[in-house]
Amino acid sequence: MNILDPQGPIGVADKAILIDSLAIMLAIVLPTIVAIFGFAYWFRASNTKAFYWRDWEYSGRIELVVWSVPALTVILLGGVAWIGAHQLDPAKAIEGPGTPLTVQAVSLDWKWLFIYPDQAIATINTLTVPAGVPLQFQLTSASVMNAFFIPQFGSMIYTMNGMTTRLNLRADAPGTFHGLSSHFSGDGFSGMHFDVHVVPSERFSKWAQDASNTQQALDERSYTQIAKPSMNNTPAIYRLADPNLFQSIITQKLPPSPGVPSGVIGAALPGIADAR
Amino acid sequence: MSTVALTEAHHGSAVGREWSGAAPKRIVTGYGFWIFILSDMVMFSAFFATYAVLQGQTAGGPTGHDLFDLRNVAIETAFLLASSFTCGLASIAADTRNKSGFQTAMAVTCAFGLGFLFLEGREFASLVIGGAGPSRSAFLSAFFTLVGCHGLHVSAGILWLLTIMAQVFTKGFRSDIRRRILCFALFWHALDIIWIAVFTVVYLLGSAA
Amino acid sequence: MLGKLTWAAIPFDQPIPMVASGVVVLAILSVLGWGVIRGHLPYLWQEWITSVDHKRIGVMYALLAMVMLLRGFADAIMMRAQQSLAFHSQGFLPPEHYDQIFSAHGTIMIFFVAMPFMIGLMNFVVPLQLGVRDVAFPTLNSVGFWLTATGALLVNISLVIGEFARTGWLPYPPLSELAYSPGVGVDYYLWSLEISGVGTLVAGINLVTTVLKIRTKGMNYLRMPMFCWTTLATNLLIVAAFPILTATLAMLLLDRYLGFHFFTNEAGGNMMMFMNLIWAWGHPEVYILVLPAFGIFSEVISTFSGKPLFGYRSMVLATMAICILSFLVWLHHFFTMGAGADVNAIFGIATMIIAVPTGVKVFNWLFTMYGGKVRFQQPLLWSLGFMVTFIIGGMTGVLMAVPPANFLLHNSLFLIAHFHNVLIGGMLFGAFAGYTYWFPKAFGFKLHEGLGKAAFWCWLVGFYVAFMPLYVLGLLGMTRRMQHYDLPQWHPWLIVAACGAALIMCGIALQIVQLVVSIRQRAKLRDCSGDPWDGRSLEWATASPPPAFNFAVLPEVSGEDAYWALKQRAAGRSWPDEEPRYRDIEIPRNSATGFVCAFFATIMGFALIWQIWWMVAAGAIGAFATFVVFAWRDHDEDTIPADEVARLDRSNRTQRHAMLTREAAE
Repeated sequence: MNILDPQGPIGVADKAILIDSLAIMLAIVLPTIVAIFGFAYWFRASNTKAFYWRDWEYSGRIELVVWSVPALTVILLGGVAWIGAHQLDPAKAIEGPGTPLTVQAVSLDWKWLFIYPDQAIATINTLTVPAGVPLQFQLTSASVMNAFFIPQFGSMIYTMNGMTTRLNLRADAPGTFHGLSSHFSGDGFSGMHFDVHVVPSERFSKWAQDASNTQQALDERSYTQIAKPSMNNTPAIYRLADPNLFQSIITQKLPPSPGVPSGVIGAALPGIADAR
Repeated sequence: MSTVALTEAHHGSAVGREWSGAAPKRIVTGYGFWIFILSDMVMFSAFFATYAVLQGQTAGGPTGHDLFDLRNVAIETAFLLASSFTCGLASIAADTRNKSGFQTAMAVTCAFGLGFLFLEGREFASLVIGGAGPSRSAFLSAFFTLVGCHGLHVSAGILWLLTIMAQVFTKGFRSDIRRRILCFALFWHALDIIWIAVFTVVYLLGSAA
Repeated sequence: MLGKLTWAAIPFDQPIPMVASGVVVLAILSVLGWGVIRGHLPYLWQEWITSVDHKRIGVMYALLAMVMLLRGFADAIMMRAQQSLAFHSQGFLPPEHYDQIFSAHGTIMIFFVAMPFMIGLMNFVVPLQLGVRDVAFPTLNSVGFWLTATGALLVNISLVIGEFARTGWLPYPPLSELAYSPGVGVDYYLWSLEISGVGTLVAGINLVTTVLKIRTKGMNYLRMPMFCWTTLATNLLIVAAFPILTATLAMLLLDRYLGFHFFTNEAGGNMMMFMNLIWAWGHPEVYILVLPAFGIFSEVISTFSGKPLFGYRSMVLATMAICILSFLVWLHHFFTMGAGADVNAIFGIATMIIAVPTGVKVFNWLFTMYGGKVRFQQPLLWSLGFMVTFIIGGMTGVLMAVPPANFLLHNSLFLIAHFHNVLIGGMLFGAFAGYTYWFPKAFGFKLHEGLGKAAFWCWLVGFYVAFMPLYVLGLLGMTRRMQHYDLPQWHPWLIVAACGAALIMCGIALQIVQLVVSIRQRAKLRDCSGDPWDGRSLEWATASPPPAFNFAVLPEVSGEDAYWALKQRAAGRSWPDEEPRYRDIEIPRNSATGFVCAFFATIMGFALIWQIWWMVAAGAIGAFATFVVFAWRDHDEDTIPADEVARLDRSNRTQRHAMLTREAAE
């Protein structure tokens, strides 16, 4: 999950900005730290060789430098931030060969549901994607706020009930990687991780084909079962029987489900403030 | 800080660019209370901002246009503005140490304030009974909270008003009681200002939609 | 009858909270018992609990902070232990406990350690530095302290009766809504903070009014010590930001108690609204925490370099710039919520702009040392540790302000490392610098130097060992708040981090030992003259500890570093010269209002949490009655006769004269 070992263009660009910004700032920070040690040591009270400017408290030239150095650094970094924020906005589409793959991701308590609307399949806690193809994620949550994050692919994005967030990524090399939720969502949060299998794009359609032959079907009924709180779910594959499932979740036609925390003390008395 | 010598009005000001020392108690108290009022306005701003964001979220339920009775709001506004006027009269009575004038003006202020609260309470009750209570939608939650917060401040103000009336009755216009009257007056007028914002943003703009 | 409260609220089956509460109850009973047996209670009641003296209140605030530091740190040790063990394992803390522990850790550290420590130091020092007798509203000061203590008490009660929030230190909805957090945990959090929030606001109003309206003659704004400027900026921020917190938590309470829909998933609620509101408070809050520390460092570095602060006006400008800018950056806490490139970029740039005045301050401290005679006593060590550590923390902050970098690092352990870097390296080191610097002024004897230096090194090294691995873990993709994990790459770093926490624990232990030893050796460590560090500002012109009235005669000031100027003038001729004419001094009378009001607030808070409505009403009536009783008192001041003033002042003048004569001879 090393973000310094990115596997796609977004991750590569994010990392480049990270390293560049760090380098720009270290150019100021390192000399300053050296100066702190240097001044404190040289001007120590026991050092009779050091001069003592008892009343010295102002120098226009030093003030000019002292204000300009951070200001110039910030102007430089600000430019990096502006350009980077625009080029790497999660909602911005990425280029790549082949038709982009749409994946609809839903965070549940406490697992991830991935719907492939074009392939009519769905998976839980496992993601298989073709290499080199732009991935267009549409994300939502079926309960509380979460965040979808595959560190080696790049940016993360929040998932929120009743809303759709968008994320564009691309994985360039085949392999197995890891993803997780990066926003605390309750008791089972630590188990919300998933494997990401990047397969060569020719093999992907075959994989999707095989997957849709599975017995398990995902429709509103089986979804409601899945949406019940559970932890550490084993990966599973479904045939997507209801193509409008994601829509139903976003529009709250399928209402959000509560995560039932364990060992609650002082739960609400019945009849008081039903928050629905 | 010696409270004995409250000599010149120069205290607490930078006269000829030299700070002349700690300000007298009346100024300090008033200043501190202003700062409190500003903080209270920040709190109201948070409720206003929330109202602005959520006012369209009616969840298929009633909107402001459906619910607001502008005639009622006009009477409420008249009551509050009148109460601010009588509060001003009470402040003048306090300055001239006119006990009976003060108590009368404060009692009338109280009456206007209670009238305002009665009308507002009636409005809230009818909304709740009509199925447009605060748990119906985010818009209604924001409405009840913003307007209700103002109403709670008015209620607290009335409790304060009655306490001050009792204080003046038992102890007269001692200097510390006069400072409290100053703070109360500031509070009461500030509530009026906030009400202007409330009825404009909530009722007038909401009814136009 | 008792709302939701039943015997099931006490977790008899859970050993950790039962043992912890048992220890705490035992400690409280022993202290109380010792107080009763030794007959200290009347003294404590008259001199401390009902005191409205800013010096006493300041000390109590700091004491509250230090005690709560132990509780918050205990949570930290448990978290580090859990994360070192929980590799392919559940560790020893199941999620329902672990979640409460990290939530309590953050809540306690920010609201009941950092805030009280800083407010305590500001309370103690500012009137002395301004050359006046007390803050603007002394009784209100007491109310503010005791309400803060109420909040701390409620959070600690949740350990044994009920549970605490499991949402993290900021209760993001919908997780914090009733549907997903049906227990009392979030309610404990909300009511505790609403009550202590009133206390904090009151302190803010008090200190702003004091700095702006209560200064001695000649103390123009640009002659105030730097600590007073940072106090002004901090308390302006408190006054402007805390009402937002009050409003936001109130909205969440309304959602939970009355079924409102501010932030729920359904009926139009908007969780993004919560994020914006809470961080509109949250970002100014972190500057509220760190600005006083900046002020402390300005005082300490200039005193221990024997030079005035370099670039005073620049520092003032930088402080007020930080004050205003801190309101313009809140979105950088949720770049990943999807606001779009323009919005993200603007807030990223605004965040970087704040780094400019902060950088200016660091350089000005650097040039204060330049050309000075630097003395490496405890307060200065903490300052040097701060300068290096805070720069690194600030750098990683600016790094995370670049949106694409943030998209990788948000909510990761890199973030955790960053904010602990600036909070510990900035705020906490500042608190310790202030504590060691002003301790002799407050109590009349210095803290043991050797033990203090050992504690400093344990803290400094311990901090780096505990938190540098967290930067690495963030880069390795580890997110925060994980109760268990399966990646072997993460494990060794977490063990190193736990060792760092153990080192910090040694630092804390040394600080406790230092306090005990210093008290026992106080005769040897006594500060006789009131000026142990060759100070520059007016607090050092008083005795240690100062008399209740601070100054027998209020000083007249004609420049910066007022006390230093006094000493320079005095060195030229025989001093002290003739005695001033002593007069009767009136000081504010003590009052139980604060304590009693907080007592009723505790009852109300507890009753609101457990929904015991009759008890809420009783508490509210009690609190109102307390204020009415206070309003009805006829005497609000005590008089100290001129003879007594003369007696106290003469003894201090004799000591000072002796010190100055000794120094002239050297």
